[in-house]
Amino acid sequence: MHSPVVTSTGRDLRLDLFRGIALWLIFLDHIPSNVVSWITIRNYGFSDATEIFIFISGYTAAFVYGRAMRERGFVVAGARILKRAWQIYVAHIFLFAIYLAEISYVATSFENPLYAEEMNILDFLKQPDQTIVQALLLKFKPANMDVLPLYIVLLIVFPPVLWLLQRAPTVALGVSAAIYVLAWWLNINLAAYPEGVWYFNPFAWQLLFVFGAWCAMGGAERLGPALRSPFTTGLALAYIVFAIIIAFTWYIPGFNRLIHLPIWFEDLIYPIDKTNLDVLRFAHFLALAAVTVRFIPRTWPALNSWVLYPAIICGQHSLEIFCLGIFLAFAGHFAMVEVSAAIWMQILISALGIIIMTGTAALIMWYKTVEGRGAPATTRPKTANADLAGGEA
Amino acid sequence: MRLMAAAALAALLFADGAVAAERPRCGVPDYLLFGESPLKRVSSVVETQKRLRIAVVGTGSSALAGPDGPPSAYPSRLEAVLGQRISPVVVKVVTLLRTRLTAEDLAKGMDKLLSDEKPNLVIWQTGTIDAIRRIDPDAFKSALEDGVERLHRGGADVILMNMQYSPRTETMITVSPYADAMRVVAQHFDIPLFDRLGIMRHWSETGAFDLYAAGRDNVLAHRVHDCIGRAIAALVIHAGKLPAVPAPQAGQ
Repeated sequence: MHSPVVTSTGRDLRLDLFRGIALWLIFLDHIPSNVVSWITIRNYGFSDATEIFIFISGYTAAFVYGRAMRERGFVVAGARILKRAWQIYVAHIFLFAIYLAEISYVATSFENPLYAEEMNILDFLKQPDQTIVQALLLKFKPANMDVLPLYIVLLIVFPPVLWLLQRAPTVALGVSAAIYVLAWWLNINLAAYPEGVWYFNPFAWQLLFVFGAWCAMGGAERLGPALRSPFTTGLALAYIVFAIIIAFTWYIPGFNRLIHLPIWFEDLIYPIDKTNLDVLRFAHFLALAAVTVRFIPRTWPALNSWVLYPAIICGQHSLEIFCLGIFLAFAGHFAMVEVSAAIWMQILISALGIIIMTGTAALIMWYKTVEGRGAPATTRPKTANADLAGGEA
Repeated sequence: MRLMAAAALAALLFADGAVAAERPRCGVPDYLLFGESPLKRVSSVVETQKRLRIAVVGTGSSALAGPDGPPSAYPSRLEAVLGQRISPVVVKVVTLLRTRLTAEDLAKGMDKLLSDEKPNLVIWQTGTIDAIRRIDPDAFKSALEDGVERLHRGGADVILMNMQYSPRTETMITVSPYADAMRVVAQHFDIPLFDRLGIMRHWSETGAFDLYAAGRDNVLAHRVHDCIGRAIAALVIHAGKLPAVPAPQAGQ
């Protein structure tokens, strides 16, 4: 079943690979109290799989729609981007329906008096009119359902961003960085329902998306010499090691007594703010990316091996597999609660989830092939297909 | 050799904690319970006045429902256990619990609490409602800082207590940003954090309690609260450097 995935479209399989791995890690991280999530990168530094996902999504969006914009113009490319945003919106609402089903079940079956307070999470079932409308407006977002709304907002504003990126990439990146700084400075974020703000602040996280897009628009080549210098690699490695040491002080009992961080230093770095894409997180992602591109070349033979194939095909169908992963995390947690939360069960659920994600990606690929959408690029007209050119946008 | 390794692996994988659950042991490892932050006002008031007034400020998870709820909830258990352990010091625990209040709501009531109850130590339990409503973690952190400052100005020591570990609602309530904020604030003010989340998770993992249970099980709730009361008593003794007798065995 395995066929070479490299095409003449100049697709960088590393993007698919790492997006696929990010999707697996997001799935593992979303199953609470899962022993397997100890392997995920969030335990070994500041950033996690979300950064990888958003960066690569920005990269592929610029790659796919950038070509469409050059060939077909602003309006056509803009319309395609908005169509994609609409698909993601529908997927998000579908996940919300599943969430409602799960939480309604919990509401009828959970009576443990120890957790009377936690039962307040079910309050919103009492005003479904408000809740469902607010969910449709993307203001009410249950836990673990914050990434897709961020993605939707980023895509909606992407057409003018892409336009500027094509004309003056550095200016576009500068504007993006300025918005990031302003968001920090003035505390700007979108409002959420019933109160609070978005868990992933779009004004902050857009920096990663636009940076990904900037890299796709030639920025990566411009950074090339700097990325190849031993100094950059050394700096990135040093930062990664620093992050590992700090992360170990959170998880390993006694380690923080061994490495006693001064109070002023803790005041400086904590809290490491995920909502506003903390500078430490962004820098950690940059360090990981720099080391990755330094040691894994685009022509790495393993990219065509069967070992990495499952992750690559998951990365190539990221929207479907992302949604599936969120659903499987719900379902896996449900199985842990209802059947057993033993360690063997956690390992089983994690492995089964990844197998289902991979199987589904293979099925989608097969389906697109028989539908004629996945035909080799050489036989297809010049309508740059989002699925082929570096996966979906 | 290979057989032994397989057996060891199987033992590890199937260690469901069913055996441990038969004995109601709720010990807490030192690293989860004890820090280095002192309770100086507690130390001095116990030494000079031989009495200790504690106020528990919080929300629903500091109480238990039903007629036998209040005496079984952890504030009462703390009063009983701490009173025994540091006798003849007289320990009085008062509670100011209001359901569905966020940290900001609770912080506003601190001045009144200080003038009404004149506590030497305030145990501030919060975070759950903020996590459920998904309050901005920055706003949550500011509210905590505001509350702790008010309490310190009013002459009380403070212990922050974070959320319960609730495995059934884990996919629905994201507690970690709020737990992180509480840890940061505790570190900043050099005050103890009672890590209820980590401690209850430890009990769940070691099989001391089946916190996945869904049924209306009052015995479980009472036992958990008893253990929380004992653990807080140990923390107060440790952080206040109070002379105390060793802890009696839990569940007796």
